[in-house]
Amino acid sequence: MGEAFTLLGFGPEGWGHALLTAGLTTLAVSACAFACGLVLGTLCAWAKIAGPPVLRRAADIYGVVLRGIPDLLVIYLFYFGGRQIVTAIANQFGHTGPVEISGFVAGSLAIGLISGAAQAEVLRGAFHAIPPGTLEAARVTGMRRWTMFRRIIAPQALRTALPGLGNQWQSVIKESALVSVTGLVETLRAVSVAANSTELPFLFFLAGGAIYLAITTVSGLVFRFAEWRAMRGQPAMRVGG
Amino acid sequence: MDLAFIAEVFPKLLAGLPLTLSLAVLSLSGGAVLALMLSGLRASSWLGAQFANFYVYIFRGTPLLIQIFLIYYGLAQFPALRHSLLWPLLREPYVCAVLALMLNDAAYTSEILRGGLRAVPSGAIEAAKVAGMSRPTMLRRIVLPLAFRQALPAYGAEVTSMVKATSLASVVTLMEVTGLARAEVSQSYRAIEVFLCAAVIYLVLVTLITRLVHWLEARLSTHRSPALDRSPA
Amino acid sequence: MKITRSSFLTLGLGAAAGLVFGTAPRSASAKEWKVIRVATEGAFPPYNMHAPDGRLIGFEPELLQELSARMNIKCEMIAQAWDGMIAGLTDGKYDAIMDAVSITPKRQEVIAFSTPYAAAPSGLAIMKDGAIKSLPGTGTRIQLADEVATKAAVEEMAKLLAGKTIGVQVATIQNDFLTKYLKDVVTIRTYSSGPDTFLDLKSGRVDAVMASAINLNASAKKSNGEMVASGYVFAGGLLGQGSAVGLRKGDPELKELFDKALKSVAEDGTLKRLALKWFEIDITPAL
Repeated sequence: MGEAFTLLGFGPEGWGHALLTAGLTTLAVSACAFACGLVLGTLCAWAKIAGPPVLRRAADIYGVVLRGIPDLLVIYLFYFGGRQIVTAIANQFGHTGPVEISGFVAGSLAIGLISGAAQAEVLRGAFHAIPPGTLEAARVTGMRRWTMFRRIIAPQALRTALPGLGNQWQSVIKESALVSVTGLVETLRAVSVAANSTELPFLFFLAGGAIYLAITTVSGLVFRFAEWRAMRGQPAMRVGG
Repeated sequence: MDLAFIAEVFPKLLAGLPLTLSLAVLSLSGGAVLALMLSGLRASSWLGAQFANFYVYIFRGTPLLIQIFLIYYGLAQFPALRHSLLWPLLREPYVCAVLALMLNDAAYTSEILRGGLRAVPSGAIEAAKVAGMSRPTMLRRIVLPLAFRQALPAYGAEVTSMVKATSLASVVTLMEVTGLARAEVSQSYRAIEVFLCAAVIYLVLVTLITRLVHWLEARLSTHRSPALDRSPA
Repeated sequence: MKITRSSFLTLGLGAAAGLVFGTAPRSASAKEWKVIRVATEGAFPPYNMHAPDGRLIGFEPELLQELSARMNIKCEMIAQAWDGMIAGLTDGKYDAIMDAVSITPKRQEVIAFSTPYAAAPSGLAIMKDGAIKSLPGTGTRIQLADEVATKAAVEEMAKLLAGKTIGVQVATIQNDFLTKYLKDVVTIRTYSSGPDTFLDLKSGRVDAVMASAINLNASAKKSNGEMVASGYVFAGGLLGQGSAVGLRKGDPELKELFDKALKSVAEDGTLKRLALKWFEIDITPAL
C-alpha cells in the first residue's frame, strides 16, 4: 500500500507529476473539442431548422455519418487524413504550404466533429422548446435576425439545452481517452505508460479511472448549478403522469 | 484513392464482422439482464438503491477504454486470480471484452429502463391494481411493455452505441473489424483507405440497426395518431 | 449568463481559426533543415523508454543527442505509437523515426534508411514456471540465410511450441518470422505495443514472446529471473539488416546528414560506448 503511494506521489520515483499534467491535457483537449462541437452543433442545428434544403441535407448526412462511425475510427481518420483536409481549408484562407496536425489538434477536431453531431440534436430540440409566442413577438417588433438570435433564441434555447449539453461534456471527457491512440500524452496514455513501466496495471488504471471520475463529477456539479441558476423563476417541470 | 486496393481490403475487413456482431449481441444481452437486476435492486431496499446508483455512477463516469484495460490487464496482475477457477475464462481476451462491454452497457441500460418505467402513466398502474392484477402479472402485461415502448428510442441509441464500442476490443488483441483494419494499416501503411473501408462497414451496420428500431417504434405505436407523436424527425 | 450575450459563432470561428493557424506551418520539403523531428515509441527498453517524469530516455534518445551535436541541427524527439509510425513518417508528421526499426526489403519499398547503428538477433522469452519449460538451442545464433540450419532449428523448436500461443508486437520483423516459419504450429497473438506482450506473458495469457533479443533481456532482467530468454536466436534474412534511422524517400539530403553523423559516432567510439552502456554488449554493426 505504501508502495502505491510512492508510485502515485510526486517524488522522483513517483508518477504523480506526469499524471497531473496528463489530466490537465485531458481537460484541454476536452475543452477544445467541446467548443468545436458547440460551433458545429449550432451551425448544424441552424441548417436543419432554417436552412435551404441543400444545407439541411448536408447537415443530415453529417449527423448520420458521424453518429454511425466508431469514435476510434474518426480519430484515426482525422489523425492520418486530417492534415490534407486542414491544409485544404487553410489554403482557402490564403495560407500556403502544408499544415502540421499534432495529436492534440487531430484529437480535438475529431471529437469536436463527433460531439457536434450530437449537440446539433440537443440544440435543435431546445430550439423547438422555445415558446413560439416569443419568436412571433420578436419578429413583429422588427428585430433583425441576428438580434433575435442573440436576445431571444439563444438564452431560451440554452436553458433547455443545458442538461443535454452537460451530458455531451461528460461524453467528450470520456471520448478524450481515445485520443491516446495518437500518442498524445493525456490521462489514459500516461497511466498506460506507467502501468507498463512498473508492471502494476491495476493500480495505475484505477488511478486513471479516478482522475476521470473526478473530472466528470466536478463537471456534473458545475452543470447542475448552472441548470439551477438558469431555471430560476421558471415553473417547476412536471413529469407527465 | 486506389480502388483496386480498396476492393482488396474490403473482404479482409469483413472477415471481422462475425466477431463484431457476436461481441455486440453478447454484451447487449448480458447488459440487459444486468440492467433488469439493477432495477430490481434499486426497488428492493435503500442499500440496494445506493449500490445501484454507485454502480451507474462509476460505469458512466469513466471511459469504457479504462474499464476494458482494468479488466484485461488489471485483473491479470493478481496471482490469486490467476490460480482461481475463473482464470480459464478471464484468460481469454474475448471474455474480458464481453465482460467490460456488458458491465458498461448495464449502467446505461438501467438508466434508460428507469426513464421508461417512470414514463408509464400512473393511471394505467392504478387501473391494473383495481382490476386485481398481482404484481408479477402487472409487470408482465402493463408496466414492462409500456416502459419498453417508451424506452425504445433511447435503447436504440444504446444498441448502436454498443456496436460502435466493440471497436475498442481491438486494443486487447481481438481481431474484429477495427483490429483487422489496424493490422492492415501497419502492414500496408495506407491508413486512409483502410480506415475508410472500416468506417463504411460500421456505417452500414448502424444504419440497418437504426432502420430496424424505427420500424419497431412505428409498429408498436400504430394506435397513436401522427399528430400526437412528438418524436423528433 | 453573460456568455449567451456574446455570439456563439465568433467564439467558435475564433477557436476553429486558432486551431488551424495556431499549428505552426512547416514546409515538409525544406532543404534547409533547422529542426528535425524524430519519432520513437518510448516503450521499447532499452532502446527507448519513458522515465517517471515523462522524459524519453534510452539508447536512442542519447544517440540522437550525439547525432544532433555532430550535425549541428536541433533534433526533437516525440513519442508515437508503433503501429502508425511509418504511416506518420510518409505523411509528414515528423521527419525521421528511431525505434529499433530494422532494414527490410518490404519497408525499403516505402521508406529510406540511414546506415544501421545496431544489429541484434531476435529470440523468444518464456516464464520459468510457465507452460513451456525450456526451448532448445539457447545461446546459439542461426543465420536465416543458412536455410538448412534454419529449418533444423525451427523444427526442433516447433516440437515444444506446438499448440502454444506466442505474443508478438504487430508489424514487426518477429511477426513476419512467426508468420513465415511457425504459422501452422502456434497461435500468433499480435499486440500494439511491446510491454503489453510482456504483461500477458507474465499473466500466462501467452506462453512465449518473440522480440529483439536486447529487448527481451531488458525485460528478463527486470523480472528478477522469472522471465528468461530461451531457445535459438535468429538473424538476417527477413529479420533485416540491423536497425537504422527511418527516413522519407524524398529527403536524400537528410539521409546524408544522418549517415555522416553516424559515421562520426561510430569512428570515435561513441556508438560502442552507448551500446555497452545500454545493452551491455557491443552490437554495433560492421560499417
